[in-house]
Amino acid sequence: MGFVGFVEGPLFYIAAAIFALAAAWRVFGLIRMGRKPDISPPKGSATAGFIKGNLRHFLPRGMFARRTWIHIVGGYAFHLGLFVLFFFGAFHIDFIKQYLGISWTPLPRWGFILASEIAFAGLIVLWVRRFSDPVMRLISDRDDHIGTWLTFLVMLTGCLALQQSHEVLRGIHMLFVDIWLIYFPFSRLMHAFTFVLSRGHTGATYGRKGMNP
Amino acid sequence: MTVQKAIDKFVEKTGAKVASYLDACVRCGLCAQACQYHEATGDPRHAPVMKFQPLQQAYQASKDPLSPLWRMIGRAPKKVTEEELSDWQDLIYDSCSMCGRCTLACPMGIDIASLVWVMREGMSEVGLVPPEITKMAHAARDTGSPIGVTAKKLRKILDDVEKKYDVKMHLDKPHAEVLLLDSSLDYEAYQPTLAAMAKILDRLGIDWSFSSKGYEASNLGLFSGEESIARTMVERITEAAEDMGAKTVLAPECGHGYGSIRWEAPNLLGRELPFEVLHIVEFLARMHKEGRLKLKPESRALTYHDPCKLGRRGGVFEEPREMMRDLVTDYREMKPGGVTNWCCGGGGGVVVIESARKLQLESFKIKMDQVEKTGAEGVVMSCAFCHMTFDKSSEHFKWDKKIEDMVQMVERQMID
Repeated sequence: MGFVGFVEGPLFYIAAAIFALAAAWRVFGLIRMGRKPDISPPKGSATAGFIKGNLRHFLPRGMFARRTWIHIVGGYAFHLGLFVLFFFGAFHIDFIKQYLGISWTPLPRWGFILASEIAFAGLIVLWVRRFSDPVMRLISDRDDHIGTWLTFLVMLTGCLALQQSHEVLRGIHMLFVDIWLIYFPFSRLMHAFTFVLSRGHTGATYGRKGMNP
Repeated sequence: MTVQKAIDKFVEKTGAKVASYLDACVRCGLCAQACQYHEATGDPRHAPVMKFQPLQQAYQASKDPLSPLWRMIGRAPKKVTEEELSDWQDLIYDSCSMCGRCTLACPMGIDIASLVWVMREGMSEVGLVPPEITKMAHAARDTGSPIGVTAKKLRKILDDVEKKYDVKMHLDKPHAEVLLLDSSLDYEAYQPTLAAMAKILDRLGIDWSFSSKGYEASNLGLFSGEESIARTMVERITEAAEDMGAKTVLAPECGHGYGSIRWEAPNLLGRELPFEVLHIVEFLARMHKEGRLKLKPESRALTYHDPCKLGRRGGVFEEPREMMRDLVTDYREMKPGGVTNWCCGGGGGVVVIESARKLQLESFKIKMDQVEKTGAEGVVMSCAFCHMTFDKSSEHFKWDKKIEDMVQMVERQMID
């Protein structure tokens, strides 16, 4: 078995299994901790609050966006760009079809490149703020930088592999994907899942109080 | 100091909700801009995200679902030290009013105020509560009031108010339908508000009374982090209301006092309460809506300050506005207002902490600026703690805006 076969085969299976098991362990571990039921008489619905809380925090409030607009634009650019290139890149759809047997219409090549550029720009902005903003500089640690750099390398090697000129370039991309998958559940990248719980708890608390800030 | 006691408390209080907050934080720092203490000083240490770092450290070391793995491979975060906790005291008490504004700016929706509460619980275990708050919380536990208004003293205060303001102050009236609470700030410093509440209730024909068993609405246990004191305070009120057979407990103009009996009490006591809890302004707005309370508006331009514990933490926004629109001809909304309103900077006990004085005053400049920009001649509020912060800060800055209590305005402008 060659390098590409290894990173697309056994290593990928191991990485995917670690990702799925550890991420599930962490999310269910959080849920299993439980919480005492709130028995104060509610003014509104906690369930509706849970949902509203999740939706509401997708959009920043104008007053908070004014000064940190660059961070917010960077955040949106990165997350939306990554979402588009991951789920609508032709190679990714082929890859998913190979494993899950399902597929959908991919983006044209120019769309993929545009989404990648937007995601890159966003990620770079977010990373630069890690050391240019005094608060972020104070609170950032190794995990924040490793997560950023791993994601950057996954995206960069993905672009290098786009031409399919050398199989080994695809292998390098998959190697970084495997490393990223293994790192993900042990890092703050997990916020991709835990945000639902965090926003939901706050939304439910506010919902019981009859508001949705 | 046995730092382990604080760590144990952090771990004990970390359930699914707190853990999900600690897990979801991506350290983006966007909360900083929502905090008046950070904005007033520009000091990154005052960013809300900084405030729960020891809690996060304790969580990752022993309660995180992955902590067994971290320990096994020798990568567990180092234990929170005594020095670190001491360093955090000013971040937890002096520079956080637990106003909850930071939650609105957080993309993860993390309720940092609730994390600060857990931090305060841990800090109180190891004696790291500022002495002013400890003294008041313990006085409340031992005497019934943070400034020593005992049941005996209460009788005297009510007698004095009766004579001075020509109003009947009911105390321990059997079978009254409404148990009225007030805070020691009103009992001692803002007696016109105390008298105004009594006058309004009498004029509305409400069957009400104070109780010498439970009369203190403020709950300093919720500032110090001592849950046992918080429980004792609400237990007294609950027992007083049950003994009286009251159907309603009226919380006074005290933001955290309202939250204490309305939202915290059932959970602290572990049972549902057999009475309804309303903030006095909620009650007045209800009377107003039912047509039982009519007001004669004054030709004035006034704005309203939302007390954080009543608004953002309590869910009461519309009722005070409904009253304001009928109290003055020119009601002006602050910008930002309502749920995003800036805290006065004195809540959470900050205003009584001597070491926090400078920071509190700096943060109050934001509030002054907000009020100034409305062009209103004064500001109305419905929280004695906010009122005290406004009074002390206005005196310092020689700020000439009128500071009004909503209850006093209602009493003045009621039409029989």
